[in-house]
Amino acid sequence: METKKISKVDLIFEHIDPREVLTKAYGMTRDEIIDEILESGLKGRGGAGFPTGMKWKLCSEEKEKTKYIICNADEGEPGTFKDREILDRVAYKVYAGMTIAGKAVGAKKGIIYLRGEYKFLLPQLRMQLDGFLKMSNEIGYDFEIDFRLGSGAYICGEESALFESIEGKRGEPRNKPPYPTHSGLFGKPTVVNNVETLVNSVIILKYGSKKYKQMGTMFSTGAKVFSVSGDTPIPGIYELELGMSLLEFVKEFGDGDTKAVQVGGAAGFCVPRKLFASTVIGFEGVPTGGSMKLFNSSRSMYNVLHNYLEFFTEESCGQCTPCRVGCQQLLRGVESVKKRESKSTYLNELVKLADTMKIASKCGLGQSVGNAFKSIVENFREEIIY
Amino acid sequence: MYQTDNLVKDLVEKHGRQRDSLMPILQGIVEKHNYLTDEAMVEVAQELDISAAEVYGTASFYSFLDTEPRGKYVIRVCKTITCAMKGKEEVIEALEDILKIKVGGTTSNGLFTLLETNCMGWCHKAPAMLINDIPYTELTREKIIKIIKDYMHK
Ligand SMILES: Cc1cc2nc3c(=O)[nH]c(=O)nc-3n(C[C@H](O)[C@H](O)[C@H](O)COP(=O)(O)O)c2cc1C
Repeated sequence: METKKISKVDLIFEHIDPREVLTKAYGMTRDEIIDEILESGLKGRGGAGFPTGMKWKLCSEEKEKTKYIICNADEGEPGTFKDREILDRVAYKVYAGMTIAGKAVGAKKGIIYLRGEYKFLLPQLRMQLDGFLKMSNEIGYDFEIDFRLGSGAYICGEESALFESIEGKRGEPRNKPPYPTHSGLFGKPTVVNNVETLVNSVIILKYGSKKYKQMGTMFSTGAKVFSVSGDTPIPGIYELELGMSLLEFVKEFGDGDTKAVQVGGAAGFCVPRKLFASTVIGFEGVPTGGSMKLFNSSRSMYNVLHNYLEFFTEESCGQCTPCRVGCQQLLRGVESVKKRESKSTYLNELVKLADTMKIASKCGLGQSVGNAFKSIVENFREEIIY
Repeated sequence: MYQTDNLVKDLVEKHGRQRDSLMPILQGIVEKHNYLTDEAMVEVAQELDISAAEVYGTASFYSFLDTEPRGKYVIRVCKTITCAMKGKEEVIEALEDILKIKVGGTTSNGLFTLLETNCMGWCHKAPAMLINDIPYTELTREKIIKIIKDYMHK
């Protein structure tokens, strides 16, 4: 597969005049805005990678009068911290993206669901929002934005659990279909987009989809904000074009002794050194919401896996049995193999369980536990057993 | 145990009586008192005209909506992988030494509760903790001692 060299860009955090983009979008028809986003190839930055233009189009086609735009700022995936940085530095671009999305789909109300852990940002965000709303009203927009806080539940980043939480209930995901664009918050057509996705839509409208598409690859257009942590001399936030190989990434960020990179957080994949060169970071390879954790040879991959399984066991909402019991059994299972209470071949049974969870779980949480589990067990089997 | 006085009524006034006001109301109580008493939850249920079980069911789902007594300052130490790799255990040890409590405990003067939490998004500045809403990062034993002393004298 073709890969790109590391290429740093500065679009997300670049300061722009939001009035200019908002005025431009105000002069466009709903279809023109949607076509521009479709044309850009933008895919969701929250992890699932659904084409943003398509999401907006589906919601726009709904006949309901009341529709919602939700900015997902729950950012609970282990290893991700870029949405906070975006909100801290360029919140006005997030507000602008929501306002433009509102115009495109015909929604008058936007809600930012901010994780409780980021509550300290709220006074600053509210103040900036007041100024923003004055400006957008002057241009002619009739779109309000409000905040709702989470209260420490990873699952509430899943879009339908997020609706439940705003509605004042336990954050338990709903069955799909119906999809949010048809029946979302309060049963109304709803667009849920990640913080970074919304900012990308502003970038696309400012520079045009043609220019935007020149970044990244055919399947992964544009750039992405990466949250880099773990065994690296330079942890932090970096905006890079999509489509580079993991080897390029490790050359830039590794400490010279990188044995594995967990791409996409606890819900993502663990890539061992031998696969760095052949792994593309992007939707055609290993996708990521931005979480990149580097592990060097001093780390026990058993501890890494154990930590992830504890995370999922605690954060599973408990509603569906495959996920609730599956997480617990995977955790107990690796513990029992480590303690020699079970034979190492028991790991094969656990892999089967992870496969079952992928098929039988109700939402993305249970469906993705197997990603980390299988990629760590398959690539670092000795470390799990001995 | 605390008295909600007019707090619940004020919060209901501010957020409304619809079901979707429930989270902001519960969050408002926790902001003031750090946890939810049975009495407070029953009062919220009456105000919103829903069953107390619905209120408790919702509250108990969220790790930040505590239904057990908590100190004035709730310390939550991140235990997810990067913080675990970068010294979370030493952070817990330092806090346990200074506060003379174990994880899950509250100091006898009711000032501090020590808890662990999952990834709170400071992996690049690990190890990290929250005290109520305020994050503290790149923690060392010295830093922790200073932070806690400051809170003791607040
Ligand atoms: C367990 C779970 C947690 C999630 N957490 C988040 C999150 O914190 N932020 C986010 O943007 N998307 C999260 N998602 C994905 C959302 O469900 C949804 O796909 C996304 O917000 C859509 O926005 P996008 O298309 O702009 O990426 C999560 C999904 C699952 C299954």
